[in-house]
Amino acid sequence: MSDASTKGDAMRAGRPRPATPGVHLWVVQRVTAMLLGIAVVVHLVTIVTAVRGGLTAREILDRTQGNEAWLLFYVVFALAAGLHGAIGLRNIAAETIGLRGRGADLAWLGIGLLMAAFGIRAAIGLYA
Amino acid sequence: MDLRPRSHPTYLAFVVHRVSGLLLALFLPLHFWALGSAITSEARLEGFLRWADNPLAKAAETVLVVLLAAHLAGGLRVMALEFLGWRRRQKDMVAVSAGVALLVGLIFLLNVV
Repeated sequence: MSDASTKGDAMRAGRPRPATPGVHLWVVQRVTAMLLGIAVVVHLVTIVTAVRGGLTAREILDRTQGNEAWLLFYVVFALAAGLHGAIGLRNIAAETIGLRGRGADLAWLGIGLLMAAFGIRAAIGLYA
Repeated sequence: MDLRPRSHPTYLAFVVHRVSGLLLALFLPLHFWALGSAITSEARLEGFLRWADNPLAKAAETVLVVLLAAHLAGGLRVMALEFLGWRRRQKDMVAVSAGVALLVGLIFLLNVV
């Protein structure tokens, strides 16, 4: 049986087509957007509260050092922001300079995870 | 060139969302790198914060806060559109998003100066 007829049978049987990388990336983009929706509100409230009266290293570290809740928050935040940012850049690159394909998608995923790793490194620095 | 579709406020909202997203994505590695480097010791972090006390850094921070708030508010609007469907009051939602972004920026500015 050829590939074409197998695919045809699958479609006739009502089975979903295999999802394209674009669909997966869209889902990741929206899930990270929802996480960021909460995280960015917390981040903005923290920023405008913390800058009142000036920022000091001690003030920041007093809040974050040894605090597992803030560490978990920043790790999730960094991971979501890294992936969300990279997928956004991937979409812009695809639309403006036509940079597409599986190789490009994997490269953007790598960039997103690298960005997240930088953020997680900073979060661990604030915790330790 | 027909500019009619682009004269709608939602097109401006799309441009703001995209440009703010692009700038934030470019800023993110810089933010993480700077924070990751400064955090190696309390003295280095303190030195970085004192360097950032200049008016130019505060102005840049205010712009970043507005970009972040604009991207957040614009993103919530896009998701509401995608998951809840088209609402007739799209222009009002664009105005609310812009208002939220500018309000957050103003609150930051009033607290930082």
